[in-house]
Amino acid sequence: MNIIRVDNLTFFYNGLEVISDISFSVKKGDYLGIAGPNGSGKSTLIKNILGILQPQKGSVSIFDKPLISFNQWNRIGYLPQRINALNQHFPCTVEETVNLGMKIRNTAALKRTLKLMGIGHLATRLIGELSYGEQQRTMLARALINQPDLLIFDEPTTALDPETRDIFYSLTEEMNRSRGTTIILVTHDTGVIGQYARNLLYLDKKIIFFGTFEDFCASPDMAGIFGLTSQHMICHQHNKTENSI
Amino acid sequence: MELCDILNYEFIWRAAGTGIFIAAVSSALGVFLVLRRFSLIGDGLAHVTFGSVAVVMLIGISPMYITLAALPLVMLSSLAILKLTRSKRIQGDAAIGIVSSIGIATGIILISLSNGYNVDLFSYLFGNILTVTQTEFLLSLIVFIIVTATVIIFYNDLLAVTFDEELALTMGIKTNRINLILFILTAVAAVLAMKVAGIMLVSAMLILPPLIALQLSLNFKMTIIVSVLFSILSVLCGIIAAFMLNLPAGGTIVITNVAFLLFVLGVKKILLLQR
Repeated sequence: MNIIRVDNLTFFYNGLEVISDISFSVKKGDYLGIAGPNGSGKSTLIKNILGILQPQKGSVSIFDKPLISFNQWNRIGYLPQRINALNQHFPCTVEETVNLGMKIRNTAALKRTLKLMGIGHLATRLIGELSYGEQQRTMLARALINQPDLLIFDEPTTALDPETRDIFYSLTEEMNRSRGTTIILVTHDTGVIGQYARNLLYLDKKIIFFGTFEDFCASPDMAGIFGLTSQHMICHQHNKTENSI
Repeated sequence: MELCDILNYEFIWRAAGTGIFIAAVSSALGVFLVLRRFSLIGDGLAHVTFGSVAVVMLIGISPMYITLAALPLVMLSSLAILKLTRSKRIQGDAAIGIVSSIGIATGIILISLSNGYNVDLFSYLFGNILTVTQTEFLLSLIVFIIVTATVIIFYNDLLAVTFDEELALTMGIKTNRINLILFILTAVAAVLAMKVAGIMLVSAMLILPPLIALQLSLNFKMTIIVSVLFSILSVLCGIIAAFMLNLPAGGTIVITNVAFLLFVLGVKKILLLQR
C-alpha cells in the first residue's frame, strides 16, 4: 500500500520554480529522511503533500486516495517547522494545544502523551510561558496523541536538548518498528537521517537521490555530489545503527 | 438624578440590553481577530459601514432599518478583505486599508452629492446607544444568539485556525469555511457596534475587551469569557455614566474599556514588582 504517492509534482512561487517534476512514493512502514540544502524545497514539498499549498502541475495521493478527496486527517500527525501561535501572549494551555482539532477528548491518551514527552507537569501552563524546547515538545505531543499511521516532521528537534532529542528519535523509531507507523522526517541533520531513516530523498528543487541507504552508500555518483567525506559520514552513522540492532 | 431613577426609563433598559448583546458579540469575536492580527478589521469595516449607511440613506430607506440595510454591503466588504489578505501580492493590513479607503471615500462623495441627510449620517459617526430602536434591539438579540451558537459549535475549529491556520488545515479543518464564518460575523458585529460606539469607535469594541482578558494569562476558553464579561461591564458602566453626567454614550463606553485595561495593566505591574 502506498501511504504517499507523488507524481510529477511542480510548484512555482511568485513565478519561480521551487520544486520541479518530482515523483516518488512512500510505502507503509517506511522511515523516509528528506534532506537538502536551504531553499531546496523540502518544506514546500511537505506542504504540497499535506494540501497546504496547491501544486501547479502533478498530483498527490495519501493512503491511496487523491488528496482532494482525502478526509482521514486524524491518521496523520504533522509537526511544522514554525508555529504562528507560539508567541508570548497566546492564551492556550499545553492541554488545549495537545487537544487541538480533536472532536472527542481522550483524557487517557492526553495524559499518556504528555507523560511520554515529559511535559505532564506543564499541562495547565500557557504555551507562551514555556521555553522553546518545551513548546516544541508540546507540539510533538500534539502530533503523536492520535497514534497516527503517518507522521511528518519538519525539522522537529531544532530547539531540543540532546537528551530530549534522543528520546524523540528513539520514540519515532519504536513507533516505526513496533506499530508500523510510516515516518517522513525533514531535517538538515544528515547524521540523524543516517541513524534513524531507512530511505533517503535528497532534494535540490528536483530529486537528486531517492532510495535506500545501501544504494546511497554504494553509489559513486553520490560521492561526487555530496563529497566523499559527507557520504562516508552518513553511511557510517547508518551502518553503526544497523549493526547495533 | 439618582441611579434608581435611571431604571424607570424604558429606553435605558433597551439600550442596556442592546449594548450587552453587541458588546458580548464584539468581544468574543475580537479574541479571534486580535490573536490573528486582524485587529484593524474593525476600523476598516467601520469605514465601510459609513459608506454603506450613506448609500442606504441616499436610496431613501427608512432610518428604522438603516442598520439592517447596510449589512449586505459591509458583509461583502468583509469578504473582500478576506479575499485580499489571501492575495500573495497584498499584505493583510494593506488589504484592510484599501477596503477602508473605498468605504470612507464613498461616504464622503455621497455626502457631497446630497443636501438633506448630512446631520443623520454624522450621527452614525459617533453613535448613540440611547436612541436604539426596537428593531435594532431585536436584531442584536438575534445576532447574539447566532454568534454564541456559532462560537460554541465551531469552538474547536476556531481555536485551531486561530492557533495556526496551516496546522488546522492538516487536521482536516475546513479553514476557508471557518474564515468565512468569522469574517461575516465580524461584519455583522461591526454594523451593530456602530450604534453603540459610533463608526469612529467600532474597532475599540472589538479590540479592547480581548486585550484586557489577554493580560490575565488565562486559558483560551476563559479568555473569551472574561473578554465578554469586561465588555458587558464597560457597556453598563458607560451607559450609566453617560446618562448621569450627560456625556456621549459611545465615547464613555470606550473610555470605560480603556480604564479597565489600564487598571488591569497597573495591577499586573504591581504584582510583577512584588514577586
